[in-house]
Amino acid sequence: MILLIACYTFFNFRFFAYPDLERKRLMCSRQNQAMFLIHLLAYLIIYLKTEDTRVLLFYGAQVIFFLAYIYLYRLFYRNVSRLLVNNACLLMCVGLIILTRLSFDRAVRQFIVLAAAAVLTWLIPLIIDHVWQLSRIGWFYGILGLVLLALVWILGSTTFGAQLSLEIKGVSFQPSEFVKITFVFFVAAMFYRSTDFRTVIATTAVAALHVLILVASKDLGGGLLFFITYLFMLFIATSKWLYLGGGLLGGAGAAFLAYQVFPHVQTRVAAWADPWADIDNRGYQITQSLFAMGTGGWFGLGLYQGMPYKIPVVEKDFIFAAISEELGGIFALCVLLICMGCFLQFMMIAGSMQAVFFKLIAFGLGVVYITQVFLTVGGVTKFIPSTGVTLPFVSYGGSSILSTFILFNIIQGLYILKRNEEDYEES
Amino acid sequence: MKRANPNPNANRNILLITYVIMGAFFGLMVYFCHFLFTDREEVMNNSYNARLDQFSDRVIRGRILSSDGQVLAQTNVGENGEELRVYPFGNLFAHVVGHSTKGKTGLESLGNFYLLSSHGNLMEQVFHGLADQKNQGDDIITTLDVGLQHTAYLALGDRKGAVVAMEPDTGKILAMVSKPDYDPNPMSLDASWEMLISSNNDQGQLLNRATQGLYPPGSIFKIVTLLEAIRENPEGYLDFHFDCSGVFQEGPYTIRCYQGTAHGSQDLGQAFANSCNGAFASLGLTLNPESMDQLTRQLLFHSELPLSIPYSKSSYNVAAGSLLEKLATSAGEVSQWEVLQSSIGQGKTLVSPIHFAMITSAIANGGILMKPYLIDRVQNEAGEEVKKFLPEGYGSLMTAEESGKLNERMVQVVTEGTGSALRDAPYQAAGKTGSAEFETGKETHAWFTGYAPAEDPKLVVTVIVEEGGSGGRTAAPIARAMFDQYLLR
Repeated sequence: MILLIACYTFFNFRFFAYPDLERKRLMCSRQNQAMFLIHLLAYLIIYLKTEDTRVLLFYGAQVIFFLAYIYLYRLFYRNVSRLLVNNACLLMCVGLIILTRLSFDRAVRQFIVLAAAAVLTWLIPLIIDHVWQLSRIGWFYGILGLVLLALVWILGSTTFGAQLSLEIKGVSFQPSEFVKITFVFFVAAMFYRSTDFRTVIATTAVAALHVLILVASKDLGGGLLFFITYLFMLFIATSKWLYLGGGLLGGAGAAFLAYQVFPHVQTRVAAWADPWADIDNRGYQITQSLFAMGTGGWFGLGLYQGMPYKIPVVEKDFIFAAISEELGGIFALCVLLICMGCFLQFMMIAGSMQAVFFKLIAFGLGVVYITQVFLTVGGVTKFIPSTGVTLPFVSYGGSSILSTFILFNIIQGLYILKRNEEDYEES
Repeated sequence: MKRANPNPNANRNILLITYVIMGAFFGLMVYFCHFLFTDREEVMNNSYNARLDQFSDRVIRGRILSSDGQVLAQTNVGENGEELRVYPFGNLFAHVVGHSTKGKTGLESLGNFYLLSSHGNLMEQVFHGLADQKNQGDDIITTLDVGLQHTAYLALGDRKGAVVAMEPDTGKILAMVSKPDYDPNPMSLDASWEMLISSNNDQGQLLNRATQGLYPPGSIFKIVTLLEAIRENPEGYLDFHFDCSGVFQEGPYTIRCYQGTAHGSQDLGQAFANSCNGAFASLGLTLNPESMDQLTRQLLFHSELPLSIPYSKSSYNVAAGSLLEKLATSAGEVSQWEVLQSSIGQGKTLVSPIHFAMITSAIANGGILMKPYLIDRVQNEAGEEVKKFLPEGYGSLMTAEESGKLNERMVQVVTEGTGSALRDAPYQAAGKTGSAEFETGKETHAWFTGYAPAEDPKLVVTVIVEEGGSGGRTAAPIARAMFDQYLLR
């Protein structure tokens, strides 16, 4: 037992050094070492606890995958951002560790999706680099997004009070995860062409339609995500405070209206305001999450020492609570800092892009990413009412993983594009 | 690729939004840290948290000690590692210390987290961990005084009821007895459990009457009525005058004094000291029901008490506040009968003994209520302090001037009135007796609430004896025994 506790402590402190290394930027290989060490220790603990040889095989497969991902991307794209690759790997690694602890089968499924997504999205940077006609088909993105969302709304199956997924041949699939990306492309393409009043109105109308469909299918987290993204993109494109202020006011009004109209919004707000009052029912999930994080404390109880499965939907929306419970509050904060680091890098890329289209895309995807992190972690910690979105790269869920991969690789593509241009100018 | 940037502010704005988002994130992280720093223990200790039970796999439950270090509860470990929770005082601390098998109650529940946390020597912990042995959990040092608890326990005898003793200037709960009781030791609890929870059992041994019992306050409520009279007429409240014939007739309604005693000509001080029902009923009619309602709310009727063990909320039901309820009553106004009844603490008003002990301790402490507490500190096996709980003010229930005026009247109760049991004590006590009717044909509940010494209160005692008859004859002597034990030892 003490050996394990010592491991966690070591683990935590090893991790602590991580953000520092990140800032130095030259420490990418040290980052890799740290990540593999964490990975190794965690799986060692899992193996010792379960004594299941499948865990070792699974661990081996993961190591091969991570090595391949890190090195092949670097081989294929000379100017890849190693930092971004590392961060993605680390988040996936944390996700896999906690999922393996929660449910081995789900972790394996997750891993398969991860590997497939890594291969599928392999070419995205290449496409970004060479096919710049992407900016011409703005309406296509918009319509595609709306059609996908509408399909879910009409046909979708209901999970936890919201219509989120489509079932195709037994594989359930959440289009809203992908619509996030088409949506950003749509907005970027529209504003790239023009920022005159007419375009703004047209774009706003389509964006509002996105949000409305999501709200109608009761996916309020999604609706909020789209709304914030659109508002910030609009502001960046036009630099008009009027739009930002008006949008925020409108959003507040809409939120109030949603609260009045939808009973399940009221439920969530009530559960947030005082979960203890209805602990058996509406407040159950959030209080269990608070118990988990509170009992875990700063250093965590250690893998297999807590009871994360007490929290409903722990492997998706509430995975942050499980991480905090078993790996510790410090570890969870580090995960947050890494997410924040990713976002900052997205913003730096957005700042360095010359073309408005790409600038907007980098910015929009960054906002999508960080808002999602904020909504899920805020919901889990009772900072804001729970909205039911997943933690990118960490939470269980194929659609979420695939869309996050696409998102990261688009940014990666932009980064490579930029670096290639610089190389070209230098030579 | 289009190179020109039509919007030169874009990068500046990106930076701005980045800052905004980072700000929100920073808030989130600060909140998370705050949660882990401060709210954590409270959340963890919630009985819905199944995780704490797991701690007992690694930690031997710590001891619960009295303020002078006597063991109230401890876990003995047998040769084969089997653990047995032992309560050396048996029934004496049954409710306040509680039990830890068959669920957890009292301090066993309140302090569960501390008892199952170990802050022992680090080396020892490592050693224990390697040897797969359990660590010794931390000890809780309570505010409880074995002598006072014992006195209250003996004084109540076989009668049903409760006694609460508090230190008014700190809020420390020194004694808390509830009768009838039970033996919390696991073996006898197992043996008697079926009987205790049986639906045929109307004794309520498991109920902590001191905090969860709700009784009509009877005449001790006159403290509240008097306070309202002082508020409405701070200068001339003593000018009130009443001629008592033993029976007070108001329209169709009749209010009788205890056992029909005719008190004769009474000013307000005398009426309070002699607990004249007629005088207070007629005084009640002159008071503003709205502000009376406000006063009871200020005195924590209908509201949460600053108390960390389970309790029942007190209620005062005359103007019962909301417009809706008023519209619901046919007359649309408070019935006169209810005003008459409530002014003397009868009718729908219900209080818990701890609540009245809190009101009394605020009077004894210049109007300021100190939050009652039971855990003084937590220490590890070696006796090193892990956590100390300091007295905490809850707030002001009344002004110092008002508490001073109440003090004068409560002293008069002892020197001239129904508190005669305390009259010849070597210290000056102050208090109020009560004999509360609760069911026609049954003996009244006997109440006493008070403190001593009146000039510098050290101890607040609230006593209720169910069906004990007169407060002055039954409950006041119990309080006397408590004051004697505490002040004269």
